[in-house]
Amino acid sequence: MAMIEVNGKSYEVDEEGYLVNLNDWNEDVAVYLAQTENVTLTDQHWEVLNFLRDYYNEFQIAPAVRVLTKAIGKKLGAEKGNSQYLYELFPYGPAKQACKIAGLAKPTGCV
Amino acid sequence: MAGPEIKAPAFREFPTIPALQPGSMAGSQAYVASEKIQEAIGFQGKLDDDWQVTHDKAIAKMGDLLGKYRGLKVFMDSCVHCGACTDKCHYFIGTADPKNMPVARQELMRSVYRRYFTLPGKLFPSLVGAKDLTREVLDDWYTYYWQCSECRRCSVFCPYGIDTAEVTMAGRAILDTVGYGQKYSNEIIGKVHKIGNNLGLPGPALENTLEGLEEDVKDATGVDVKYPLDVHGAEVLLVTPSADFFAEPHIESLIGYGKVFHAAGISWTLSSKASEAGNFGMFIGNYDQLRKIALRIREAALELGVKRIVVGECGHAWRAAYAFWNTLTGIGAGANDPFAIELQKQLDPNYKQPSHICEVTWDLIQQGRLKFDKSANDDRIITFHDSCNVARASRMGDYAGGQFDIPRNIIKAVANNYVEMESSTIRETTFCCGGGGGVLTDELIDLRIKGALPRMEALKHVADHDGVNFMATICAICKAQFTKVLPYYGFNMRLVGGVHQLVSTAIKLGDEQ
Repeated sequence: MAMIEVNGKSYEVDEEGYLVNLNDWNEDVAVYLAQTENVTLTDQHWEVLNFLRDYYNEFQIAPAVRVLTKAIGKKLGAEKGNSQYLYELFPYGPAKQACKIAGLAKPTGCV
Repeated sequence: MAGPEIKAPAFREFPTIPALQPGSMAGSQAYVASEKIQEAIGFQGKLDDDWQVTHDKAIAKMGDLLGKYRGLKVFMDSCVHCGACTDKCHYFIGTADPKNMPVARQELMRSVYRRYFTLPGKLFPSLVGAKDLTREVLDDWYTYYWQCSECRRCSVFCPYGIDTAEVTMAGRAILDTVGYGQKYSNEIIGKVHKIGNNLGLPGPALENTLEGLEEDVKDATGVDVKYPLDVHGAEVLLVTPSADFFAEPHIESLIGYGKVFHAAGISWTLSSKASEAGNFGMFIGNYDQLRKIALRIREAALELGVKRIVVGECGHAWRAAYAFWNTLTGIGAGANDPFAIELQKQLDPNYKQPSHICEVTWDLIQQGRLKFDKSANDDRIITFHDSCNVARASRMGDYAGGQFDIPRNIIKAVANNYVEMESSTIRETTFCCGGGGGVLTDELIDLRIKGALPRMEALKHVADHDGVNFMATICAICKAQFTKVLPYYGFNMRLVGGVHQLVSTAIKLGDEQ
């Protein structure tokens, strides 16, 4: 298994760079994972990441894209409640790229 | 991944056979399943340290499959290398790697078959092109049997009717047996057994998502359309790919199914146990997994006491349902164990069991039980992409070719603008989306982009000439694959959607006036 090193600590990641132990996640790790995805985290990114983590803690899965866009829309205004806004933040797709940075398990299947 | 910078191949002015680029895809390998993933579904965790042990297990498994499946033996013996299949494969067209010619992909196994299972190959291997099974050969199997989407387009053109997908499935079955499984497919199969669906969506999350959908539909239409879960005594059990609960544009079709049942006044339910129509057991050529995954649906149907079983927009699930459920599970006539007999008594014989959601919707349209405002789809110029497993491995309605006509009939009933893509790329000769059969995984994105080339060329033609801006399809894999690869070809990712997404847009819900 591959390891990443952030601030002198080592964390185990899978072939695709997802954290193996979800409890390993912290904000420094998120910044590191974002860098590997060529994403620079802004407050807008953190709003999404924090929602993802809250949802995950409750349901043990990332939210459906629709659930995410609705929640963001409610919080930040309707003009941001769409997947286009999320794709601007996370170009490889909110479901997978944002999950990776938020330290969540990757959604699998036909998605 | 955030990586640079895979480019789509250029559109070709004339669709000629590409000049060969030997080995061009040798480095494109799906991730190998970990021991944990393998063992969770009863496979050997990893390759044995001693090659001879792996070799013997692989050959023994091959012998086992040849004995069990007469088709496989016929396919091994009957190919005459005529080459009719060579340029019919989207992966060969897109990658130019000669090992992606269907005949060459099969030859990887056929040469080993000759060596161990035919007299000339045992005595004079070099005269008949017979090869020992070596580690290099096994690696080639892994690489190239995971560059096949089991779409069976090549088989349409084979004068002997050789089903290449069966060879790919056998190859994958042997690889699983020796501990050389594919991460993407085998992890998903583990999740189906553990959590109930490919996505890993637990019951409470499913419930939450469905409640959210009810709110959304209420906001959009003012009508209380229900998306019920685990309702005992409902008439219809709808089994659909779990991506329909999660991904865009998939979820738009789920909204459409609910509106159809609402408008027709049919009681229906989803099941948290059978919250997945997909069956990756078929992709890996493993009968036991195929059956075990299918049996969840029988269990859910018996528990819920439903009268009808309907399958949502999922290509390979419809193949599994249409072609295999009867003998695997007794949904439809076939199996004769006590549970199958009980289920057959429970199900309503007035309906096809199972039915495809398109059959349900088309029947209702013909009976005049659904009303549409077709102008609601007027911003769309629509074409239809036939999904391989529906097109070449199943049927809808009561005549040959119904699986082509019924989805098109529905589109034409709910929308005014419909255009067909070039005739050699649709219906039984449809091109795979490039992501089917267990290759819809990020590390194979290069293969997926290149494999989409023929479909993208046909789409480009109707987009340029007819202004097509919506490609409808009835498969979760096709939807996810196109959403990902369309931008590489200069299209908007939103150009793909479901047939029931179009239904959803135009349907009148009856109580809204």
